[in-house]
Amino acid sequence: MASSSDIQRGDAIHPGDPVIVSRYTTPKRINHWITATSLILLALSGLALFHPSLFFLTGLFGGGQNTRWIHPWIGVVLFVSFYIFFFQLWRANIPRKVDFVWAAHAKDFLAGNEDKLPELGKYNLGQKVVFWAMAALIVVSIVTGVIMWDQYFATATAIPTKRIAILIHSIAAVLMICVFIVHVYAAIWARGTLRAMTRGTVTGGWAWKHHRKWLRDLAGHGRIDPAE
Amino acid sequence: MSNSPITAVSNPPVQPVSADLGPRDLKRRSATLDLPPPERQLTEVAKLIDVSKCIGCKACQSACVEWNDTDPGVGENVGVYENPGDLNPNMFTLMRFSEWVNPETDDLEWLIRKDGCMHCEDPGCLKACPSPGAIVQYSNGIVDFIHENCIGCGYCIKGCPFNIPRLSKADHTVYKCTLCSDRVAVGQGPACAKACPTQAIVFGSKEDMKAHAEERIEDLKSRGYENAGLYDPAGVGGTHVMYVLHHADKPHIYSDLPDRPEISPVVETWKGAVKYVGLAAMGIMAAGAALHGLIAKPSTVKREDEEHAEALVEEAPKNGEGV
Ligand code: HEM
Ligand code: SF4
Repeated sequence: MASSSDIQRGDAIHPGDPVIVSRYTTPKRINHWITATSLILLALSGLALFHPSLFFLTGLFGGGQNTRWIHPWIGVVLFVSFYIFFFQLWRANIPRKVDFVWAAHAKDFLAGNEDKLPELGKYNLGQKVVFWAMAALIVVSIVTGVIMWDQYFATATAIPTKRIAILIHSIAAVLMICVFIVHVYAAIWARGTLRAMTRGTVTGGWAWKHHRKWLRDLAGHGRIDPAE
Repeated sequence: MSNSPITAVSNPPVQPVSADLGPRDLKRRSATLDLPPPERQLTEVAKLIDVSKCIGCKACQSACVEWNDTDPGVGENVGVYENPGDLNPNMFTLMRFSEWVNPETDDLEWLIRKDGCMHCEDPGCLKACPSPGAIVQYSNGIVDFIHENCIGCGYCIKGCPFNIPRLSKADHTVYKCTLCSDRVAVGQGPACAKACPTQAIVFGSKEDMKAHAEERIEDLKSRGYENAGLYDPAGVGGTHVMYVLHHADKPHIYSDLPDRPEISPVVETWKGAVKYVGLAAMGIMAAGAALHGLIAKPSTVKREDEEHAEALVEEAPKNGEGV
């Protein structure tokens, strides 16, 4: 079991009452907020062009022309920022056997009977699915997005290619927005999660409840802040 | 508006006339869900291009540049007769030349086709356009781009079955033939029809133009072009720019004029099913999350979870003692 690969640079336990566990370093958090902000802006600016009933969203970006040019550039920001994050996290997101045992007990998870579930590393299967889905959808979006980016790449591909690209881009966008809703909602539903994105830390109890194996590994490897 | 054909031979009146084609004549308007029906039905117009009468002089191109006040710049010899090499934001119409060996007669035929917007009855450009009112269709059939509403996304380029609209790098909006909607509004025919020295281009009501085409086709047939016919493709609901072709059975020999043009099924799926299913999926997802948030109880960390964690940390080897 390559469980210790779940431990990332900066992950550490700070003894106290309650125990505090560092989960994301400041640069990682700043980057994740850039990813999140650009994804929201992309969804809003893209949806503005997606359907006439949403065209009013162009008002947020200073009109249709501005929405049109800014969207692909935000896409570039999203791509870079997400893929920095990707290479920091991908190892800890490789699905393992235990994830499927956990998934088979999804009912107990939703009901809050964590003790019936196997102990998990830094991420559960739901988080891993979000991670890989986003990784795939963002690649698909940037590839199709560049193909349809007529201001710079109009002559790079033929019109039939662009038609397929825009079809795939709009489907990928819908899927990405759905995954995004699941991701944000899960972070809100599992109380105590959001502080991982605001303060970078979670409580020991949260780690015990959701990612006990990760907590045990941190403790077992002596990743305990000596200051206490 | 005059209903009779307006060409070089039938000069329209020259006294000032006020424009009689406007927003109340719109039959279709891009990205507009609740367009009121047009207040009146104008006579459907059409431009008829008889390729068998065209001598390739490009007077129509010059007239187009002059009337629309565009500046295609000084041309570059790209080794073919086309000049410029392709349609561009400053050149709304282009004579396309092809050399074709007729397999039946072994004759070399020089086929010249005036390319430009076909003013489709079912315009793919308008269907694809995401910006309200950037592309409109008047009840007389003219499809026009309204530049102040254009956002420069290039969706019309993907929607058009004829590869016509061109995006300008100067003002980031898309250009194409307007069928001289500003001239038609004051009872004049398009500039190209006005300039054509052989009357290969004529303009008038669609009905008249079809009747005129019939005569031309009959004449061509009597001269051995048994496949002569009218190009008014049904796949896009017919067009308001039509061709008389001497080989109407194979439009593609005329510089790739599509044999059976239609709005691409990919475009139809993108602007159809994807929108409904997509909006529904995102809506259900958002509503589901909101509902779950209201009804279901959240997952909370208990006091005993914190105690377990504290106990675990107590027992753990201290920093440096670790494995
Ligand atoms: C990753 C890089 C991306 C690039 C380069 C890109 C590029 C583009 C381009 C060029 C367009 C056409 C309109 C325009 O020119 O602005 C477009 C449309 C759109 N984009 Fe993106 N995009 C990207 C990412 C995204 C993401 C992450 C989302 C959603 C979360 C998204 C959602 C949309 C939507 C909904 C449309 C409208 C599609 C339609 O009209 O059906 N895009 N994108
Ligand atoms: S030929 Fe192209 S640009 Fe012209 S009306 Fe048809 S779809 Fe629109």
